[in-house]
Amino acid sequence: MSIATTIENRVREEMPVAHLELVNESDQHNVPENSETHFRLVAVSEAFAGMPRVRRHQRIYALLGDLMPQPVHALRIHAWTPEEWNARGGRVEASPACRGGSKHDPELGQ
Amino acid sequence: MDVNQVIEEQITSNPVILYMKGSPQFPQCGFSAQAVEALTTVGKPFAYVNILEAPEIRSGLKEYANWPTYPQLWIKGELIGGSDIIMEMHNSGELRELVEEAAVDPEEGQG
Repeated sequence: MSIATTIENRVREEMPVAHLELVNESDQHNVPENSETHFRLVAVSEAFAGMPRVRRHQRIYALLGDLMPQPVHALRIHAWTPEEWNARGGRVEASPACRGGSKHDPELGQ
Repeated sequence: MDVNQVIEEQITSNPVILYMKGSPQFPQCGFSAQAVEALTTVGKPFAYVNILEAPEIRSGLKEYANWPTYPQLWIKGELIGGSDIIMEMHNSGELRELVEEAAVDPEEGQG
């Protein structure tokens, strides 16, 4: 199973999702072609209602933390309730440019 | 001192501290660079730890915080979040408010 499928399945099993978007952004980073190392996850779920942002992310990390930092080096998380998602017009901020960190990071030996 | 004590000492004695890859002058990761940029815009001094040079802190803080990635922003002893949360709060103005308030009362986090 691809890493992307694993991530999606785990989130869907954990909470009811109104909208789920997983984008592989690895090609924007300093890793071999067709890697599954950098992802952006948009999860829209009622499960986040009343939870501060930091707890929402911790909940996602609790599901996926064992995949990090190997094989997944970076996971951008956007966790919204359906109301917040609609209020935003279904948009997220763009990802920053890579600074080559994976190249000289001992934890990410390639 | 074990690593948890070191972390507690760092997050309570510095009202605003960023755990990052590289330094504010030379960030080694786009996400860390973005966090530094947001904090620099606020214009208050902040502490930082380069986790690439502190492997024990790097692995210890992941456990301590239940947070597997960097950067991590801590204000007054509390985890605020990583780069996505920092950027959201930067865009909404919450980051400035929080940092300015922390800078006014730097002792508060030590209680």
